[in-house]
Amino acid sequence: MTALLEVDHVSKQFGVGGLLSRRRVDAVSDVSFAITAEVPDIFTIIGESGSGKTTLARMILGLEKPSSGEIRYAGKVVSGTGSRAERLEFMAAVQPVFQNPFEAFNPLKRVDRYLASTARRFLGTADDAATDKAMDEALQKVGLSLAEVRGRYPHELSGGQLQRAAIARALICKPSLLITDEPVSMVDASLRMSIVNLLKSLRDELGVSVIYITHDLATAYYIADRILIMQQGCAVEIGPARVILDAPKHPYARLLKASVLSAADAGQGKLMPATELMRECEELLKRDDAGRLVTQEDGRQVREYSAGSP
Amino acid sequence: MADILTVDRLKAYYLMNYYGIRREVRAVDDITMTVKQNEVYGIAGESSSGKTSFIKVLAAAIRPPMRIVAGSVIFHFGDRNVDVTSASPEEIESIRWKHLSYIMQGSMSVLNPVRRIENIFEDFAARPLGLSGRAFKDRVITHLAKLKLGPEVLRAYAHELSGGMRQRVTIGLATICNPEFIIADEPTTALDVVVQKDVLSLIRDLQKEMGSSVVFVTHDMSVHANMADRVGIIYAGRLIEEAPTRQLFVAPKHPYTAHLVASLPRIGDTTQRPALEGRPPNLAAPPPGCRFHPRCPLAIDICKKEVPPLEEVVPGHRSACWRWRDVEPLAGSIAVARVAESVA
Repeated sequence: MTALLEVDHVSKQFGVGGLLSRRRVDAVSDVSFAITAEVPDIFTIIGESGSGKTTLARMILGLEKPSSGEIRYAGKVVSGTGSRAERLEFMAAVQPVFQNPFEAFNPLKRVDRYLASTARRFLGTADDAATDKAMDEALQKVGLSLAEVRGRYPHELSGGQLQRAAIARALICKPSLLITDEPVSMVDASLRMSIVNLLKSLRDELGVSVIYITHDLATAYYIADRILIMQQGCAVEIGPARVILDAPKHPYARLLKASVLSAADAGQGKLMPATELMRECEELLKRDDAGRLVTQEDGRQVREYSAGSP
Repeated sequence: MADILTVDRLKAYYLMNYYGIRREVRAVDDITMTVKQNEVYGIAGESSSGKTSFIKVLAAAIRPPMRIVAGSVIFHFGDRNVDVTSASPEEIESIRWKHLSYIMQGSMSVLNPVRRIENIFEDFAARPLGLSGRAFKDRVITHLAKLKLGPEVLRAYAHELSGGMRQRVTIGLATICNPEFIIADEPTTALDVVVQKDVLSLIRDLQKEMGSSVVFVTHDMSVHANMADRVGIIYAGRLIEEAPTRQLFVAPKHPYTAHLVASLPRIGDTTQRPALEGRPPNLAAPPPGCRFHPRCPLAIDICKKEVPPLEEVVPGHRSACWRWRDVEPLAGSIAVARVAESVA
């Protein structure tokens, strides 16, 4: 098994505050995982706001440099620097899809111009016919067509269509890995499942691996193969998605699951917050020792802490 | 239980006239509904379905280009009846915050960034409450304690608080005058799951304690499932279905609702979820007949020509669909999951 993407003990610190009151914030601390090249995988990163999931995604894309540790894509270290050819090659293989499609597209630029420039840059299509063909192929994969999109400005498409166009743009250069940062949180309820189902079919039919960043456990259960739960920059539980979400072990993972509002309880008014678990999680954050990830029998890793009071 | 709000055939349009070109956006088109005392009424709908326009009317924030074309919105506060569509500005001023209150969406943009929380409370609530100085401060501190916020919050600025705390402060602002009617517009959308549940349970507790009614707007159906007593679904400016929460989720009588309910993913269930094709209609030129017909799997000829009336199909359950009898719960919905469980 060769690794497509290896995230190897990656940490990122940011300095915040003024000159005199400088302090360090650990956005990501010591996260490791790998995505294999052979089997396409939907790898989900879950955590609350501020848990470091977006920072991690930015580091994988090479937009941010890790403070320590290494991210390797196909054996090569990912960094924003290096030669232009190498960077382009990496960008063709790893493509991002952002949260809000209305912000990702310039409102004054037609949507097809984005698609065309991506095709020209990464596929090197010289004439219009070849560019159009590449655009249409990518749009067909997401259930749109060039005829629908050509000449349209972002406001003329619905949120769901625009997000699909954003995914089509990413697919033009035939990437092997998509990094999607909360791709459905800004999309309407009736269109949300079409995006989620699309990510699923990308994996099953095109063999594209997807890193799916979300805070929605229910869609994660629906599409993910593996899942990484992050609490304030630390990986607390990582492993097969269904195993973890059916019976989470780490207190924070249990808290997340307990906080999911389920439609199955409709009308019963089940809103009691899990105060016990919340307290437990807060106490874990106060501890000095960060604990370590211990591999369990069922294939997952759970962060465990040495006994004794913090 | 007596009604606190009666909305009768309300039509609120955006009327625009640019360089002689008239444009009419029918954001709220013929909505009739009531909210009872002590009830949480959930309103669901996607963006540009007109739900925000509707609650703007409820909140008496009717400003051009929006105009009330027809209908009335009457609040019954004690023995006082106020029709916000025709009330004078003084009258609206007299009910605002004390009787009719509003929890807004973006807590960061609601709170003034250069004023401390205590000053913001003073700006908002000192006049309607008629208190000042020590008495006012004590009142604020007791009220914040109900929201699990300590008195130290008063000296803080908005940016020093976490998202959940800020949202609790906005809830505190909206509820400090013990209003009888609260409008909440997506109050938890920007929060993550853990904080969301906490904030929702606080709103619910406050509502029970004060005995007020809440109109709760969000597009997240799983929030409605746990929060609301009754849910109304708005599609393209119209109320298309309304039912007690449990009933709406288990036995929807409109294809759009059936789809919304079935598309909710659940932990422990990986059945393929349906996705609804098409897009919500443009309200400046809505399709004739039922506005859902271009996306509806059940559409027949009559749907394209005539608008289905919102009628009571089961006691307490209203639906606007010509074919409500044929609406079946879809695969993936709880009703279907239950049947599958009982067979297995």
